[in-house]
Amino acid sequence: MSLKDLISPFYVWQRAFEKPYTQKRPIEDRPGAPRYRGFHMNSEDCIGCGTCESICQNRAIDMVPVEGLEQRPGDSGLRPRFDYGRCCWCALCVDICTTRSLHLSNHYAWVTEDPDAFHFTAGTDPMPWNENSLGYRRDDDYHLLVHDRIEMEMLGPDESVRGFDEVMKGYTEEQAVLEADRCVECGICVATCPAHMSVPDYIRSVRKRDYETGLRLLYETNPFSSTCGRICTHRCETVCVMGYQGDPIAIRFLKRAIVDRVPAERYREILGDDVSDNGRTVGVIGAGPGGMSAAYYLRRLGYGVTVYEAQARAGGMLRYGVPSYRLPDDQLDKDIDYIRSLGVEVRFNTLVGRDVTFQSLLDTHDAVFLAVGLNQPSALRINGEEHPRVLSGLKVLDDVANGLDPGIGRKVAVIGGGNVAMDAARVSRRMGAEVTVLYRRRIEDMPADPDEIHESQAEGCTLVAQAIPVEIKPAASEAQVTIVWGEAEMVADDKGGRPRPVLQEDRMHEETYDCVIAAIGQGGQIDFIPSDYREQIEFKWNKFVPGDYQQTGLAKLFVGGDIANSRADAISAIEDGHHAARGIHRFLGGSADA
Amino acid sequence: MFEPTPQVDLSSGKYLKLWQGPQHPGITGNMALELTTMGDEIVDCKTHVGYLHRGFEKLMERRTFIQNFPIVCRIAVPEPTFNEYLYAAVVEELTGIESPERAEWIRTLNLELMRLASYLMWLGGIGAAFGQGTVYQWTVTHRDYILDLFEEMTGARVYHMYIVPGGVRGRLPEGFEERCNDVLNRVEKLLFDVEKVLFNNFVFKKRTKGLGVIAPEMVDQYGITGPNQRAAGFVRDLRRDAPYLVYDQLEFDVITATESDAYARSWVRYQEMHQGIRMLRQCLERTPREGPFQARMPNVLHWEVPAGETYVKAECTRGEYGYYMVTDGSEYVRRVHVRGPSYTHAIALMEKLAVGTNIADTAGLMVSLHTYPPEIER
Repeated sequence: MSLKDLISPFYVWQRAFEKPYTQKRPIEDRPGAPRYRGFHMNSEDCIGCGTCESICQNRAIDMVPVEGLEQRPGDSGLRPRFDYGRCCWCALCVDICTTRSLHLSNHYAWVTEDPDAFHFTAGTDPMPWNENSLGYRRDDDYHLLVHDRIEMEMLGPDESVRGFDEVMKGYTEEQAVLEADRCVECGICVATCPAHMSVPDYIRSVRKRDYETGLRLLYETNPFSSTCGRICTHRCETVCVMGYQGDPIAIRFLKRAIVDRVPAERYREILGDDVSDNGRTVGVIGAGPGGMSAAYYLRRLGYGVTVYEAQARAGGMLRYGVPSYRLPDDQLDKDIDYIRSLGVEVRFNTLVGRDVTFQSLLDTHDAVFLAVGLNQPSALRINGEEHPRVLSGLKVLDDVANGLDPGIGRKVAVIGGGNVAMDAARVSRRMGAEVTVLYRRRIEDMPADPDEIHESQAEGCTLVAQAIPVEIKPAASEAQVTIVWGEAEMVADDKGGRPRPVLQEDRMHEETYDCVIAAIGQGGQIDFIPSDYREQIEFKWNKFVPGDYQQTGLAKLFVGGDIANSRADAISAIEDGHHAARGIHRFLGGSADA
Repeated sequence: MFEPTPQVDLSSGKYLKLWQGPQHPGITGNMALELTTMGDEIVDCKTHVGYLHRGFEKLMERRTFIQNFPIVCRIAVPEPTFNEYLYAAVVEELTGIESPERAEWIRTLNLELMRLASYLMWLGGIGAAFGQGTVYQWTVTHRDYILDLFEEMTGARVYHMYIVPGGVRGRLPEGFEERCNDVLNRVEKLLFDVEKVLFNNFVFKKRTKGLGVIAPEMVDQYGITGPNQRAAGFVRDLRRDAPYLVYDQLEFDVITATESDAYARSWVRYQEMHQGIRMLRQCLERTPREGPFQARMPNVLHWEVPAGETYVKAECTRGEYGYYMVTDGSEYVRRVHVRGPSYTHAIALMEKLAVGTNIADTAGLMVSLHTYPPEIER
């Protein structure tokens, strides 16, 4: 101890002359830091996926329906409701938010007379901080989810164009697990899938490498899983929440990942083969995805099912419209063979109206399910289209599927922008032709699957957008044909519809090809239904308009597939078949729960 | 080593049973000292804990790995960051995830800033415990300046929830270095003031010198770590002996003393604050401004950590802080054990050191051990 120790402490007095530290809060407002984790805000981008609810470790978030919210596809209609009695402001909900709609404001003090205000729905309830522009937001370089899709190995365009080998190689087990791991299991996809497949559940089974459970889940709603795992139009992926900040989950390919890992011989063991007979029979017209789907679920319910198929093999458009580089025959057979193994009888080469009458089907069966599809190519409706070198896309694909030479020549023009047009173009490339695709609108307007468009371009097809065919003329050689087409300008539609192409008559082109393949759509053929029956049935644009459970005005007749819905894809046909099977079961006195 | 409790006859009228805590300003949190006194001299001390038990280790078994990250900071209220870092480090070790260099620097900056803030709180505490309330006002204010820095860096003042498995949650804000340097300068100036009024203070010296001497042989027996052991002459510091983060790239001295009493412990901590400022300045200068601050993570919603077990430790303000974790390959941790230095410092050691001191010194003695009851009760 020294004298210094006695004097030194008095140094504190020097501080008496300094400015005080104290802040006059709450007289003077002190805003939170720009990154402060204050009260929750939610923007209109929210689609109610509920991932915030899943990650919240305090269970402070409930997804609740919000009144007055506009219904839109890919939106659950739910919004996060916060319980500030539980919240700890960790902001994991902000970090995980798939649409980045959820933020925290830097607002941290709020006084209200309402004792229930600590419960509020962010974004929709009027909170004073809703317009706040500061507060915690997830950093661009910080991620708790995996945004990039695991790429599937595929044949390069140089290789794929040389033959009909399957282009997509399928995931390895490790790849499939990694891709499945990206899923947040929100289930937004389920509502969008026409068949309402339990997508998050089967993706989880991929993640757990439990393919048996996966297969059972698939077959609850879709007996064409091997097929859909390859060529489904995957509407689910268009609404997948992972698509907002990265790539959507490869839902379609994860379905394939399950089926690829279960050999066909084990299907009966895993899915069961116990089918009782209830003594009733149902006739199904058309062995496409709709008809076979109905046959499968009806057979499961104990009905004797007879399928009448005009062609020599089952599968319908899947067999004759989808080329084997997208859907190999053996994979389609895997689905169909299992359905047939349950006792579904398919009568091949039996065209209703030619080999059997529609009336005889109504007489022999307790109910009839009709899913004949669309197999009549639509006309181009331009002069000269009856020229022998104008082929239909369906015919070309049909010939190729049957191993015949469609005789397209070396230089081909394809007219159309749908999947049939893309298939016809890619098939033509494989037969060695130089291919030009003419489409009326812009490339982004093409109804074909984007993958199809990209792959066809990669394989060397030339896509000419905004090109309207005007006339077909004979060429100098009989083996050739000349097409006249004009450039189009897109004009905005006054009524709010999509822009329409308008022909520019000063910019016309003329080109000669070995053949022109028309693939602008197709229609149905239902002449086999007697006219007095047809009067009882509702039609619109030559398609059936089914009622509840796909039933028509002719009570015993149920319809589905491309000829009865506007989506005209396999998965919708499959759902129609499943739905009709339940309807027929009910119609014939069965339980509504089946 | 443990002498039998002296048998005291309470009915003799010579002794008084006195409870200090569980709610008492002289206790550094919610725990209780059951004191048996003769006059104002303490003849026996029993420590009681359990008033603050929140069951964190059990809670963590019921939450996914990402959901645990906002919980762990609450284990030690005044310095949550060490828990955040250790939880992240233990999960990273079990999963094989490596946090990027930029994150390692930011983490170090964070931990040292936390150490400084925690020491400032403690410095106020040791002052207040010996009647120097002014020091408390100064240091807690300066701690608040550091909390301002935390607020702008992490979005929160106390429970930062910033160090996450895989890295950190965000980059340093614009202009952070400048503001942080400014605060460091202010704290440094304050420390010299505190030296004048506290460490060169007749009363403080008189009361702390010779108080609560930890004999060197007690150090390993009682599991004493951190400044408490360094004040007893042990040159041990995990930052130097088992470097983690970027400590092997930083220049700093391991501060030691020999007297091992309350004054020596305080002096060691005081000097460590200067070392902390030295390290922080290096961090501010050398933290990379570019590059990733988070490793590539799996989808954390169903994050399965491979089966295994590991123990990760770090030198926190009070000594060795460690996380022991056992995983079974599922989405949930099988068992976590959190080792906080307060467990050994506040229970057995306090019982031993309190005997022979007097009532007025128990608060100061406890603060000089720098214990936090919340981390005893995980």
